[in-house]
Amino acid sequence: MSTKDKDVLLEMRDIRIDGFSDDRWHEIIKGVDLTLHRGEVMGLIGESGAGKSSFGLAAMGFARPGCKISSGSIKFDGMDLMAARESEKRKLWGTRIAYVAQSAAAAFNPAHRLIEQTVEATVRSKLHDEKEARADARTLYQSLRLPDPEHIGERYPHQVSGGQLQRVMTAMAMSPRPDLIIFDEPTTALDVTTQVEVLAAMRNIVETFHAAAIYITHDLAVVAQMADFIKVLRYGEEVEEAPTRQMLETPKMDYTKSLWSVRELEKPEVKGEDIIIEMRNIDAAYGDVRVLENVNIKVPRGSTVAVVGESGSGKSTSARVITGLLVPSKGEVLFNGEPLPGALKQRNKDQLHRIQMIYQMADTAMNPRQSVEEIIGRPLEFYLGLKGKARENRVIELLEMIELDASYLDRLPGELSGGQKQRICIARALAADPEIIICDEITSALDQIVQEDILKLLLRLQKQFNITYMFITHDIATVKAISDEIVVMFQGKVVEQGLKSEILSPPHPDYTQLLLSSVPEMDPDWLSDLLAARGEAL
Amino acid sequence: MHPIVATILQRLGFGLFTLFVVSVIIFSALELLPGDFGEAVLGQAATEESVAAFREELGLDKPPYIRYFEWIGAVATGDLGTSFSGRAASGVDRSRSVAELVAPRLWNTLFLAGMTAVIAVPLALFLGITTALYRNSIYDRTVNATTLTAISFPEFFVAYLLILFLSSLYPIFPSLANIDDTTPFLERVYRMALPALTLTLVIVAHMMRMTRAAIINLLASPYIEMAQLKGASRSEVILKHALPNAWSPIATVIAFNLAYLVVGVVVVEVVFVYPGIGQLMVDAVTTRDIPVVQACALIFAATYIILNLLADIIGTVTNPRLLHPR
Repeated sequence: MSTKDKDVLLEMRDIRIDGFSDDRWHEIIKGVDLTLHRGEVMGLIGESGAGKSSFGLAAMGFARPGCKISSGSIKFDGMDLMAARESEKRKLWGTRIAYVAQSAAAAFNPAHRLIEQTVEATVRSKLHDEKEARADARTLYQSLRLPDPEHIGERYPHQVSGGQLQRVMTAMAMSPRPDLIIFDEPTTALDVTTQVEVLAAMRNIVETFHAAAIYITHDLAVVAQMADFIKVLRYGEEVEEAPTRQMLETPKMDYTKSLWSVRELEKPEVKGEDIIIEMRNIDAAYGDVRVLENVNIKVPRGSTVAVVGESGSGKSTSARVITGLLVPSKGEVLFNGEPLPGALKQRNKDQLHRIQMIYQMADTAMNPRQSVEEIIGRPLEFYLGLKGKARENRVIELLEMIELDASYLDRLPGELSGGQKQRICIARALAADPEIIICDEITSALDQIVQEDILKLLLRLQKQFNITYMFITHDIATVKAISDEIVVMFQGKVVEQGLKSEILSPPHPDYTQLLLSSVPEMDPDWLSDLLAARGEAL
Repeated sequence: MHPIVATILQRLGFGLFTLFVVSVIIFSALELLPGDFGEAVLGQAATEESVAAFREELGLDKPPYIRYFEWIGAVATGDLGTSFSGRAASGVDRSRSVAELVAPRLWNTLFLAGMTAVIAVPLALFLGITTALYRNSIYDRTVNATTLTAISFPEFFVAYLLILFLSSLYPIFPSLANIDDTTPFLERVYRMALPALTLTLVIVAHMMRMTRAAIINLLASPYIEMAQLKGASRSEVILKHALPNAWSPIATVIAFNLAYLVVGVVVVEVVFVYPGIGQLMVDAVTTRDIPVVQACALIFAATYIILNLLADIIGTVTNPRLLHPR
């Protein structure tokens, strides 16, 4: 596709952005350029902390509190945004440049109806009067395939689902027919099955109105569906930029290649016979709301069972039942063939230390005022009675197992990176000398490269100590990487359980088929092909 | 039934229950007070027989729980009882009903509280919103420092300063707020200017700072950033996007301060010789006039409960999650 004949909409030159932290200013974007023509979609990818969002917002001439655009030039349709006054920029915002935020649930004002928020900028800038704008918003709702487009706008944000909110936000961005839309990780908070619908709706509407867009994400497969070309950022600098197909087929830089390779990690599966944990006919409820219905899961010793499904499918609740945090209303949990008491309080130390858990948010799973030594030392003392020097030596041993060393003993969680925090949580689980570790979405808050390191570490530990993992995740790439067996859950029931090779190859039950086909692939045609296939199926 | 109505009825029920508990506490606390009305009136020299006879006449010889139920039963039918004062040892009964004693004083107190609220609440909201709008500006700092200074001085000191400046040095307002039923409305307002001003200075800081904090607290929300990125001006962001979500904490702090205006202003009443309910209660405590003390305490408790109920209701109806359930 030639872009030379189209006119330039946005031109950013040598942008530098400073962020304030630890009592001083740091440069978080170090001289990045960008040229975007009318109607073009650019993908901006990189790990968290790479400065993607700050750079994307800079395209609007906006800096978050605690950030400032220190130098560079930003020209939007001939207007110099660096020199523009705040009031001049405000006239562009929400009308000619629109922003779609990551978490729609947080980005909508809870006090106003959806349609009021959808048309707010359009009406303020007098592009349309209130009545016309509302009528147009309802048309947009319809083209975004929202249910009941005539009336959904009268609802409040808490009354619709996350995927619907994200589409309403796209309608909100589209209402004034902007020249440029900035999508800031718009589907990251959604389930894969919802993500597909939202992506299709967004892509369709961007094409229909010939808007230009900057699509910010850390997910390569997603950006491949949306963007004409891709720019990779790392540590605030540009790594490379290329048209989407070229970037996917022949990435030039090592860093870009490493982003690709994560998806290739795959553990050979092993069929386990000796069952360590069995959930037998389990029903469970929170109050009156039944969340598990006749769940049967078998976990063989020394292998990894991945539990997959969208949010609300009962994955985490199953973990809570096994660990004793939630007493099932029916059924029992067998550990090495013996029934376990349902409630945590009735289990003895010997039963407790054999089942350990690692959480999604390492940040909130550790006491921020305890040092690494206290965090890892606590289970050593509580379960194994280690004290003083013996305890310290064991903590150092554990740190070495997770590829850290004694220099971390006195650190507080706040002084560690995201990946290191999750390693400490792994060490804490190992400290109890467990037979099985339940991992609840432990990599989903991490960047892909860090994810890969953590997964490799888990596999090595499994080999070394014959540990069993029950691995809860919604990410199919992670499942392929680590699991022997897979359990698919949907609405509190187990859809199927079996070896990875069986579950991932056809024929599939309907839900598994929907789930698997919704996982974005590194193929720019994936979304179009999928929609075509589903369209035929309908 | 709309869930809001159910919530309000439920809160009302809780309020009544709280009032009941408070009435038990009031009654028990007064039981524990040393001495009684008989001894106080008859003096140290009275014989045991005459004290006993007097107690019997007032019904004080019955066991406490019977007296409690007699009292609360009467209160439930609107009868606050008869004051002890006016009864002499000689048997002459010039006592008046509690309602007759309390009503004019309560009216005066509510009038003063109302007048103060009319000045203080809009002022506090205005200052709170504008300081949030121009936070960290010189205006913000000045308002914060001034209101904090005002709240840091004891009430009587603020009152005397106002008398010194606005009554003695520059005789604008009268220093005494002595009013009665016959005082015409405007004259009333004029005479009450200084006590109302004093109370305004005392309560504005609290309400203003809470308003400011509640709004600023919301400014870090993603939906506020979204509003900015949709081109909303600073005042639009505050008034349209932050304020509607901040009413709940603001209403709570306003309710708290209004309740204080009814129950906590005895010092100001004394300084300005204002015939409010606070003074009545203090007098009744010193003379062991139990029925009056009980009535006042119950009115104070009811004030707190009603105002907090109102704040709860405001918090509920301004929250769409509660107003429009899924």
